[in-house]
Amino acid sequence: MAEHTPKPEELSKVDYHPPKKGWMDPHVEFRKGTFCYSALAKNIEYLGMPNPREWQPFDADWKLPPNWKQIILDGMKERLEKYRSFRLFMDICVRCGACADKCHFYVGSGDPKNMPVLRAELIRSIYRRYFTPAGRMFGPLAGGRELTEEVIKEWFYYFYQCTECRRCSVFCPYGIDQAEITIIGRELLNLIGCNINWVIEPAANCFRTGNHLGIQPHGFKDSIDFAVDELEDITGIRVEAPIMKKGAEVLFIMPSADYFASPHYYTLLGYLMLFHEIGLDYTMSAFAGEGGNFGLFTSHEMMKRLNAKIYEEAKRLKVKWILGGECGHMWRVAHQYMNTLNGPPDFLEAPVSPITGTRFENAKSTKMVHIMEFTADLIHNGKLKLDKSRNDHWKVTHHDPCNVARGMGLLEEPRYVINGVCNHFHDMPENTIREQTFCCGSGAGLGTDENMEMRMRGGLPRGNAVKFVKEKHGVNLLTTICAIDKATLPAVVDYWVGGVEVGGIHELVGNALVMKGEKERTADLRGTPFAGKEVKAHA
Amino acid sequence: MNALLSLIVVLVLGALAYVGGSVEGLRTLFGVIIPYAAILTFLVGVAYRVVRWALSPVPFRITTTCGQQKSLPWIKAGYLESPSTTLGVSLRMALEVLLFRSLFRNTKAELRSGPQLVYGENKYLWLAALAFHWSFLIIFLRHLRFFMQPVPAFVNLLSGVDGFFQIGAPVLYITDIVILVALAYLLWRRFRDPQVRYISLFTDYFALFLLIGLAGSGVLMRYFFRPDIVAIKELALGLVTFTPAVPVQVGGLFFVHLFLLSLLIAYFPFSKLMHFAGVFLSPTRNLANNNRAKRHVNPWDYPVKVHTYAEWEEEFHDKIKAAGLPMEKE
Amino acid sequence: MRDKGLIFTGLVLFLVLITFPVWYDLAAGTTSKGPDPKLPTAEKDCVAPLEYMRTSHMDLLLSWRDQVVRQDRLTYKAFDGKTYDMRLTGTCLKCHTNKEEFCDRCHTYVGVAPYCWECHIDPALAQRSRG
Repeated sequence: MAEHTPKPEELSKVDYHPPKKGWMDPHVEFRKGTFCYSALAKNIEYLGMPNPREWQPFDADWKLPPNWKQIILDGMKERLEKYRSFRLFMDICVRCGACADKCHFYVGSGDPKNMPVLRAELIRSIYRRYFTPAGRMFGPLAGGRELTEEVIKEWFYYFYQCTECRRCSVFCPYGIDQAEITIIGRELLNLIGCNINWVIEPAANCFRTGNHLGIQPHGFKDSIDFAVDELEDITGIRVEAPIMKKGAEVLFIMPSADYFASPHYYTLLGYLMLFHEIGLDYTMSAFAGEGGNFGLFTSHEMMKRLNAKIYEEAKRLKVKWILGGECGHMWRVAHQYMNTLNGPPDFLEAPVSPITGTRFENAKSTKMVHIMEFTADLIHNGKLKLDKSRNDHWKVTHHDPCNVARGMGLLEEPRYVINGVCNHFHDMPENTIREQTFCCGSGAGLGTDENMEMRMRGGLPRGNAVKFVKEKHGVNLLTTICAIDKATLPAVVDYWVGGVEVGGIHELVGNALVMKGEKERTADLRGTPFAGKEVKAHA
Repeated sequence: MNALLSLIVVLVLGALAYVGGSVEGLRTLFGVIIPYAAILTFLVGVAYRVVRWALSPVPFRITTTCGQQKSLPWIKAGYLESPSTTLGVSLRMALEVLLFRSLFRNTKAELRSGPQLVYGENKYLWLAALAFHWSFLIIFLRHLRFFMQPVPAFVNLLSGVDGFFQIGAPVLYITDIVILVALAYLLWRRFRDPQVRYISLFTDYFALFLLIGLAGSGVLMRYFFRPDIVAIKELALGLVTFTPAVPVQVGGLFFVHLFLLSLLIAYFPFSKLMHFAGVFLSPTRNLANNNRAKRHVNPWDYPVKVHTYAEWEEEFHDKIKAAGLPMEKE
Repeated sequence: MRDKGLIFTGLVLFLVLITFPVWYDLAAGTTSKGPDPKLPTAEKDCVAPLEYMRTSHMDLLLSWRDQVVRQDRLTYKAFDGKTYDMRLTGTCLKCHTNKEEFCDRCHTYVGVAPYCWECHIDPALAQRSRG
């Protein structure tokens, strides 16, 4: 926890009264703990993006290019012509305010510019002033605002205070999606070199090495080998974990955190056990070693550049179809963008589970199946031997990742799998799950430590819902199928709840999975003794 | 401030029409020229705005899924909330347009000490919005009795149903009460709720006051200061049949009503009121969630600079080799 | 993806619908000419001035009904000092003898269906059915 972050008691005293000054005043104060640091010049340079330089958001001079205003206005014009969503969402908002208290950052901060409607007005006011007759003629009276450097700073502050979670879009009577506006807003900021390092560095790493963390091929192999060794210790079975094996049936794509971060790592163990047990002919890849895509948080172009590796690698390895692991925004991209960006993948076949024979009709064009669909199908067809009691030490609740819930609609599969592998599952209140799920507060590239106060504010609704089920049902494990969640929710639940762990669903699958020829297991993948085996474990 | 200013503007405009209706030389202006100009502005303006939207493509299929995707056959898919077929999308859109489905979800989040975040039902906005829009539609259709001769049966039927209670003469229309109450609520909400007041622009109040002025002047005419409606229909028919004339019997309040209407429809294409057409085009609501089953094509797609496998293998050649991973070039 | 065909079809449909009265009146050969109710030739004075009767006769009739039915008051003192029986059939229709050519013309013209005739009987109609 960053040193500046106030205590929960302080932070939860949120003042919802709007300030005296009207919102058209663009001035923002870059207060420590509420913003992310600028992108390093080397990363911007590596990606060939504009205006690499040394600067920080709290500097008075942002060293913008001399013609920055023209760049922004031209950029807006271009995007108004390219995206119906953008033009429409600029035009039709009636400011009814239904979205206001749907945003986790607004709930946690009380800052009116965090209401989705006002976050959108920040750019809409510029649109009206420069692109509509009423705004050109009547200015502020028609809701128009001059584009100044202060406005750019304000955009930066608030567009990097939106996690593109789309919760507002569910409640908007016209489906106006703030994520779409934030994506375009960030694209515009990128045109003049205003980005954050927590987004740009992973993007640069991913472009170069194939994963966000910058792990090189040998490092990738080491990680997987380490996991295989550890699994042998736990189960007595040495699983195969093929890397870049040509001619495998399935290419498995996961977020890089799964093989390099905790608690993601236990999910990786779960995958490896599952694939071994069902005898899946698959391969991983160090080149396409990242399902996550920080291009989504940068620009549509960067998203395409980073995403291209997946189909390229599938083609090179001559696999039949692609299986995707537990990740949130990776699945927004895989489900809603990939086939359009880098398809059509004619060289692949419509996915069929080699174990159950199920044809995944819903993935027949993109040819990528979500592991929750895959595993749910296995369980439904009785292909797995599962000992649910091995998860009896967990009282589980599930956090639907925003992108998977509202950008895909994968809601039942995870619950089906959880219920298939454990005995104690309790959903959080209905206003906080499924399509109404609350963001972790750190998505879309905001999960950095210098932004801790804002992350905790944004995490308040989620934290509160976890606290509710902890107190009501004794929940001690929050599962999620998103790598960013797994990285950032531990901080959120420690801060707002305490005593709840975070984990992936395939970790639970790995706990429950009874493997052929396994040695007697007394502890789960984390080394926590199974319920009823505590004494034995100690002895 | 914004509210006061827009109230003053609407009052001044109304007064202008009231005076204009009584000045001989201005009657043609307010009774013929302005209405024609307003209708023309509306038709051309709305078409222009819709065409502008249509010309911007939808490069990606970005449905907001509000329910279970269609995946495995034994998992019940959200047919309306996450539709995977064109019919499902049409029904989702119909629910949105006719019943304001998304607004119906509205909740109120309240942070209590503890902290404890609670969510309450909050359907008033939905109810008022629905009441306003449906009343407006019915009133609009009822008004066709002034523009069509003979009066079509459905218009008479609608008036009959709307005046079902037969209170007074002319009978009281239920929608007249409903629209005023709904508009009053929507205005009151903009004042009362500090967040909504903070985001409200001059134009938000202007549209509301215009509508209140329009409905109010109509109600005053029907129930209190009755004009000669036969003469009004002659004027209306004159406009519709392109033989415009302003009968001597019309004046005063009617000119206020007609002028506010003209302003409203002329203002439509320049304002947020275009949401009536825009909602149909909203990409998060009018696209099927069948992304992985059916490819969506981006018409302006262009090649980008990527990091190819060959470049990658070349850069990390020694390390890949040392790790014993398979390679294209040894 | 543009769906231009669908959008333009929708737009044209909207424009046709919103201008529907124009096409309807064109097809019906409608002019802006008024309804031209048939006025009595024998009598010159009414119970109230013409201006008032044009816009507010329904007020008067409703007040007559209330006075007769609920307050048992039967005569009306008009603006010019004359007195009348407060009766629709006996007083109004005595001069305006033809409901179809007087009342109905305007009412039909502006789409009004007063409920007078749910109780009252048009004497001309009664006569015809007797005859």
